[in-house]
Amino acid sequence: MQQIDLSGNPKRHRRERRVRRVLLTAASASLAVSVAIVVTLLSESATFFSGLDFGDGNPLWTLGWFPRRGLFDLLTIVGATILITLLAMVVAGPLGLGTATYLSEFAKPRARRLLKPIIEVLAGIPSVVIGFFALVWISPNIVQRFTDASVFSMAAAGIGVGVLTIPIIASIAEDAMRAVPNHLREASLGLGAHRSTTVRRVVYPAAASGIIAAMILGISRAIGETMVVFMAAGAVGGSLRTFNIFGPGQTMTAAIAALATGSDQVVGQGTAFQSLFAVALLLFLMTLILNVASDRLVRRVQERY
Amino acid sequence: MVASTPTTTEVVAQALAGKRLNVASLVFRATLLVSLLTSLLILITLLVSITAGAVPTLRERGLDFITSPLSLDPSSAGVWSGILGSAGIAALVAIIAFPLGIGTAVYLEEYASRGRLTNLLRTNIRNLASVPSIVYGLLGLAIFVRLVNLIGLAGTGSGRNILAAGGTMAVLVLPIVIITTSEALRAVPQTIREAGLGVGATKWEVIRHQVLPSAAPGILTGAVLAIARAFGETAPLLVIGVATGFFAAAADATFIDRVTGSYTALPVVILSWSKQTDVRFADTLAPAAIVVLLVLLLTANATAIIIRNRFDRNQQ
Repeated sequence: MQQIDLSGNPKRHRRERRVRRVLLTAASASLAVSVAIVVTLLSESATFFSGLDFGDGNPLWTLGWFPRRGLFDLLTIVGATILITLLAMVVAGPLGLGTATYLSEFAKPRARRLLKPIIEVLAGIPSVVIGFFALVWISPNIVQRFTDASVFSMAAAGIGVGVLTIPIIASIAEDAMRAVPNHLREASLGLGAHRSTTVRRVVYPAAASGIIAAMILGISRAIGETMVVFMAAGAVGGSLRTFNIFGPGQTMTAAIAALATGSDQVVGQGTAFQSLFAVALLLFLMTLILNVASDRLVRRVQERY
Repeated sequence: MVASTPTTTEVVAQALAGKRLNVASLVFRATLLVSLLTSLLILITLLVSITAGAVPTLRERGLDFITSPLSLDPSSAGVWSGILGSAGIAALVAIIAFPLGIGTAVYLEEYASRGRLTNLLRTNIRNLASVPSIVYGLLGLAIFVRLVNLIGLAGTGSGRNILAAGGTMAVLVLPIVIITTSEALRAVPQTIREAGLGVGATKWEVIRHQVLPSAAPGILTGAVLAIARAFGETAPLLVIGVATGFFAAAADATFIDRVTGSYTALPVVILSWSKQTDVRFADTLAPAAIVVLLVLLLTANATAIIIRNRFDRNQQ
């Protein structure tokens, strides 16, 4: 046998190299997408900020968010975003964590196999459907029944966003708790502790970073949610600075959607159009920070066990 | 530690004496059960209230509701335009995002060495997966709408057409395709690769004939998830100029005219009907459209599960 036989068919080698190049090109596409997002947001935002008219006071700190009139009060939309996110977490935090704990620690395997997919169905429901539900069911049957809220209210939107966030929190928190090794539970039970004591004193501390990561990811999802807020919170034409959750309000995402759908002449209309990108940049940075934080925490759990 | 916490001896003594009833732990467990049941109740309420609203329309109109185009008259409006638009977007997503996503995952899992670049790519993909969907809409507006204009397919809406929408959605679901495919590839036993290489196959031959087929069920599930996401996503479409009102293609419109003209999608139809001043749209038509959307999504998921089960059986 000669050396040439062992080196193989040159055609096959060429094909190997070609395939590798093609795959590497595909892999760089995802990087290109990120670069495109950052570059687009930064350059259009730069146009926005440099085109602002500071002649009669600061346009970023005014009575409210009315982009077509040159009033870009960031506090209005950031405030509404924070309010709705808080409300969503008040709903989804306990419900998501409770569901996760029950499924991971108390449910029998058969019940768990049945219940987990059902919770996942909730995660698969499109946000436009939850938005519709928030507007036609949550608003009249829950919010308006107990308060004198308007039909469109930040409260209804916040609960709707919460409904959307429950399965996310439940699923990640459950994974974190199931990653806690059984010998920790056995040690605790062996000392005579109750199941519930074991969960509170042993499982929760051990899964803490995963549970916190689940909450952070829930917050990030709630901040970025558009449709529920756009449909149920009202104020699609802009909003005065308001922190009354029983009235309408406009979040950052809803402000983008409202401005983009408001009129066909949006493109090329100076600063109003560019403000979309400035808001999106802020949104992108906020969620990016939260996601990186939650990613770190999740990986800490994985490393430990 | 709280002072009132019983010592181990006390607990064991109580347990042995049969006094197992502990109010605190019962309350804790009941709270957990209540939160689980509340989550389920929300899901049931949602499905029941929407189905109740949808039944009259679906019973009265039947198939006609599904095959009718948009209309300003609630008694003849249907979801066909929305289904067509969503199907078109889904097809573009499949054409663009599947090859790119699967290719990326194969590179990352099978070729890339563990290094800085690989780590950067992985972190980047995870972050892309959690960028708010509306931000992708702005990306689509800045890139895909312009791109469609550049290549001369702008049509009547200056680039606000289904081609731009398909490109935007493809980018949005790309991380989902990559992550699910990566997981599927990682689950393929290393022995399969070693056996292939051992009998003299090249790396690509092993991937093509051994690894990809055995990862197929997982990849397929990811693909269905991605399509379902593209079907249900609304926010980015609003930004890139989907038609939220009534529109109709001209009777003599060619295929190119239809592809480059105004379009809508099923979730957008739901949104615009829920905002109509004529309450019949929001009260009866929107719930019916939601039921159509949910049935389509459930069918897609069920198909994926069936195909996956069949694959699994064949491999055993």
